Amino acid sequence: MTSLSMKRRRATAARAWQQFRSSRQGMIGLLVLLGFVAMALAAPLFADIDELNPVISRANGNPQWGSPSEFFPLGTDHLRRSVWAQFVWGSRVSLFVGLAATVLTILIGSVVGVVSGFVGGRLDAALMRLTEWFLVIPFLPLAIVLASILGRNVWNIIFVIGVTSWPSTARLVRAQVLTVKQRLFVDRARSLGAGKGHLVTRHILPNVSGLILANATLAVPISILTETTLSFLGLGDPSSASWGKTLEEAFVNGAMIRNAWWYFLPAGLGILIVVLAFTLIGRTLEEIADPRLGAR
Amino acid sequence: MRKALGSLLTLAFVLVFNFFLFRVVQDDPIGSLFRGRNVPAQTVENLRIAFGLDQPLLTQFFYYIRETFQLNFGISYQSRQPVWSEITAAVPATVALVGVSAVLSAVIGTVGGVIAAWRRNTWKDHTITSGTMVFYSMPDFWLGMLLLVFFAVVLGWFPVGGITDAGTTETGLALLLDRLHHMFLPAATLTLAYLGEYALVTRSSLLDVMGEDYLTVARAKGLRDAVVRRKHAVPNALLPVVTLTAINLGFVLSGAIAVEAVFSWPGLGKATADAIRGPDLPMLQGLFLVFSAAVIVFNLLADLAYAWLDPRVEGA
Repeated sequence: MTSLSMKRRRATAARAWQQFRSSRQGMIGLLVLLGFVAMALAAPLFADIDELNPVISRANGNPQWGSPSEFFPLGTDHLRRSVWAQFVWGSRVSLFVGLAATVLTILIGSVVGVVSGFVGGRLDAALMRLTEWFLVIPFLPLAIVLASILGRNVWNIIFVIGVTSWPSTARLVRAQVLTVKQRLFVDRARSLGAGKGHLVTRHILPNVSGLILANATLAVPISILTETTLSFLGLGDPSSASWGKTLEEAFVNGAMIRNAWWYFLPAGLGILIVVLAFTLIGRTLEEIADPRLGAR
Repeated sequence: MRKALGSLLTLAFVLVFNFFLFRVVQDDPIGSLFRGRNVPAQTVENLRIAFGLDQPLLTQFFYYIRETFQLNFGISYQSRQPVWSEITAAVPATVALVGVSAVLSAVIGTVGGVIAAWRRNTWKDHTITSGTMVFYSMPDFWLGMLLLVFFAVVLGWFPVGGITDAGTTETGLALLLDRLHHMFLPAATLTLAYLGEYALVTRSSLLDVMGEDYLTVARAKGLRDAVVRRKHAVPNALLPVVTLTAINLGFVLSGAIAVEAVFSWPGLGKATADAIRGPDLPMLQGLFLVFSAAVIVFNLLADLAYAWLDPRVEGA
């Protein structure tokens, strides 16, 4: 890449960051999210992983169904495990699955969208038919069916979410590619002898990347909520418990009838806050990528 | 006509997909039936023949299509009853619960969206927009868990689950009231969970309409604000809401899987949650087919309704 276009691109990124920084909701979302990411990455600093082990919890003399006043800071569950430790370590799984599934979603959606919009013709028609089909099929039952057949494992969950939620991204990217394709600079590059690869990587992709980023940020909440629901329904990975898995165990073991609010409140609040943070960031990015929305 | 054909094609696609998912991806259907228990080889062989698994794939596919059209989806592993009768038994509870919630959320959400757009950037708008965003951002079943603990366990105002009191002998009005009493919390959960979408769609659609010239004309004629809103702005802004409603109606059957599980509401959602625990694969397969068919049919209806309400899309 020439230094000129590098410089221009860096200037665009700097301008976007400037705009982002001036948005209060975007910055709040970003700070909250960074807090949770830090907790997930530095989980061992916040809670010992041994506290997730029922045998060690029993040996430590933890109370069963201990309330926060009996066991600092968030009480214990039916297996005497610290709820705080489950919250800290669960954030790792929930965030990781949410992000990884979104990467897969965006990857499939962008490839389908760019190919469909750029190549056009029969391939476009076939890909859009497939996209439409995936849009029509009820998303959660499809994910449930796939996850039941594939088995309870983190990677299967990521695969299932990615494979079922790409269509809306594909449509959005395709539409954007179609408008970019009409622009004069693409014609000019083509008449100067640019190949397809050059056109896609140097002209089309840079012009849809902002939209893809905004779309990705807004797709994370869907991934996280889907993971939570699948885990709650018993399709989560038993060996690495996400927040959704915590909610399932709380529900199945009767935390609600006991009014053991400390067991199911933190995990749900964690999901709510992380999802809100991503939504705030995504909406801000969307406004930057598509200034017409700013008027709202 | 073209749309109806498209829907049929989609449905056919679902059938093929379903067949491959359950007969091909899952390599050993008989084995999963016994799940590790020791069974004589002869029994397994007999079952293979009974299920047609000794036939070539194409023949199996043909059998599968024929049985689907005869509404024969096999026997549930868990209840040992035909899948189809299990599903039809669960439909009324789900339709009642999700139908009521869908109507309530559409009405309340639309009204909220109209208020938010008309009073844009006031405290009303901010309250409605941020409130709906919060409900939209939490897992629906977790909201249900919170409502259940607070209103059923702590306050004791509502039952903790089920559709009637256990062993009830009530009939008529008393039975209906008992059911409504049981339905209140799950319906409230679903209504709160759904209404955000309606409010947001209505709000942004009305904001689009509010920029149109004919509203300026209506105001210039001296019409009162309420008349402009009710007679000129809202009817035109409701088009996307109609589509959303129709599409959501398609999800009525599959919309409440986790919430039904929380409240032990004996509908299709709870049947799905129970089938996952097995896993009861014939049941899951049948449920998936029914859920998909419902969505496809209602999508078609949504398209037709849209073309009827907005003649401009006829040519599109």
